[in-house]
Amino acid sequence: MVLFTEMVPLLDALADDLELAFPRLVEEHQGAVYVTALRCTGCRQAAEDIAQETFVRAYRSLAAWPAERIAALRPRAWLLRITLNAVRNRARDASRRPRTAELGDHHPEPAGGPEAAALGGERRELLAAALGRLPEEQRIPVVLRHVAGLRYDEIAEATERPVGTVKAQVHRGLRRLASLVDRTLLESET
Amino acid sequence: MTPGIAGELGGLREAPPRRLAMAVLAEVGVVDSWAPAESPLGPVAVAFNRHGVSWVGRADDPAAFEESFVAAMGRPLRRAPLPPRVGRALESGRATGLAFDLRLRGAFERSVLTATSGIPRGETRSYSWVAREIGHDRAVRAVGTALARNPIPLLIPCHRVVRGDGRIGNYGMGGPDAKRTLLRHEGLDPDEMERLAGAGVRLIGNRAAGVACLPSCHHARRIAPRNALPLRGADEAIALGMRPCRSCRPFAAAG
Repeated sequence: MVLFTEMVPLLDALADDLELAFPRLVEEHQGAVYVTALRCTGCRQAAEDIAQETFVRAYRSLAAWPAERIAALRPRAWLLRITLNAVRNRARDASRRPRTAELGDHHPEPAGGPEAAALGGERRELLAAALGRLPEEQRIPVVLRHVAGLRYDEIAEATERPVGTVKAQVHRGLRRLASLVDRTLLESET
Repeated sequence: MTPGIAGELGGLREAPPRRLAMAVLAEVGVVDSWAPAESPLGPVAVAFNRHGVSWVGRADDPAAFEESFVAAMGRPLRRAPLPPRVGRALESGRATGLAFDLRLRGAFERSVLTATSGIPRGETRSYSWVAREIGHDRAVRAVGTALARNPIPLLIPCHRVVRGDGRIGNYGMGGPDAKRTLLRHEGLDPDEMERLAGAGVRLIGNRAAGVACLPSCHHARRIAPRNALPLRGADEAIALGMRPCRSCRPFAAAG
């Protein structure tokens, strides 16, 4: 998309000229931030709001930090920690208000990429809904690992849990997902 | 254990809408202003921020302008009044004192654009002149490429850079015809320039002063006809004991 003539490493560029480099940070990580918010909340509008909030907060933090702190950042894990906070805050606020939408609320799945095409619309809806039925402590690591593509050490940082715990939660989450999906299929067949 | 499910979750990936990035940048203020303006080539749009002018493009289609800006700069635009200094610079063809935001250009390109900014209205220089000015004598093609990528045409007057053989050359914002229009608007005669160069005249010497100029230099045009001497190039000028004009710097001084 944008050609940055001198491909200075992103962290150096952020420390040097935040305003100039910030669009790059957004470009590089908006995918992971958005899809995490989407698959954790099940709502596209919420995902957009949360993603915007994440980056605005990130900008304000970066603007206040000295260069050394910026240089020590692991941007993706850091941004997703902000995202997860926003997701949790939203869920907390929503629980204080009458629920108007179910998790996994139905907006028809739009066209995704090739993987999505390979999966098929119905199957995707099924999976997305099943994700919504996982307990939060499994849903979040599963989404981070298998939808957003984070490494385990990044997930550990984003969720503030040890790597061992994260791995166990992903493992349990996948098994629960598999059984939820099978049960749904069984139910729909009987 | 459940490889199927794990792999299938990848199918839940989805790109965020384009508006997300722009909304973020607008909210934190990483956004340029833009205003329409008039130019000898018709309506143009000028984008600017606190670092200076960042972009000039044709404005026949404001949506296309905005699209090309966003694609090139990665920042959104919002409408604002044209700063009077910018309007004056466009009208007068003199952009001295105007700041430019060239942060997204590399060092080489910035020096090409800065050197080009120094070419006075109504005068032209060659691509190799620019290369020599920035201390990269042989990077003539790279100079051409840098000028083709000039994000701020008209205000950074790449239309005043022409080929060494006298041919007018190409122009990003409208091709050779647009370039000729701009040069004519500044009082030059592109056809005459090409004719002169075609006849092998690269410099004009002043017999009385012992100084050689580029033909379009304002000093050259004030040489009394009896003193004006068409020259084939630097070698001939030097052989005749002439020094280069300090204003248009047509060649490196001998010795």
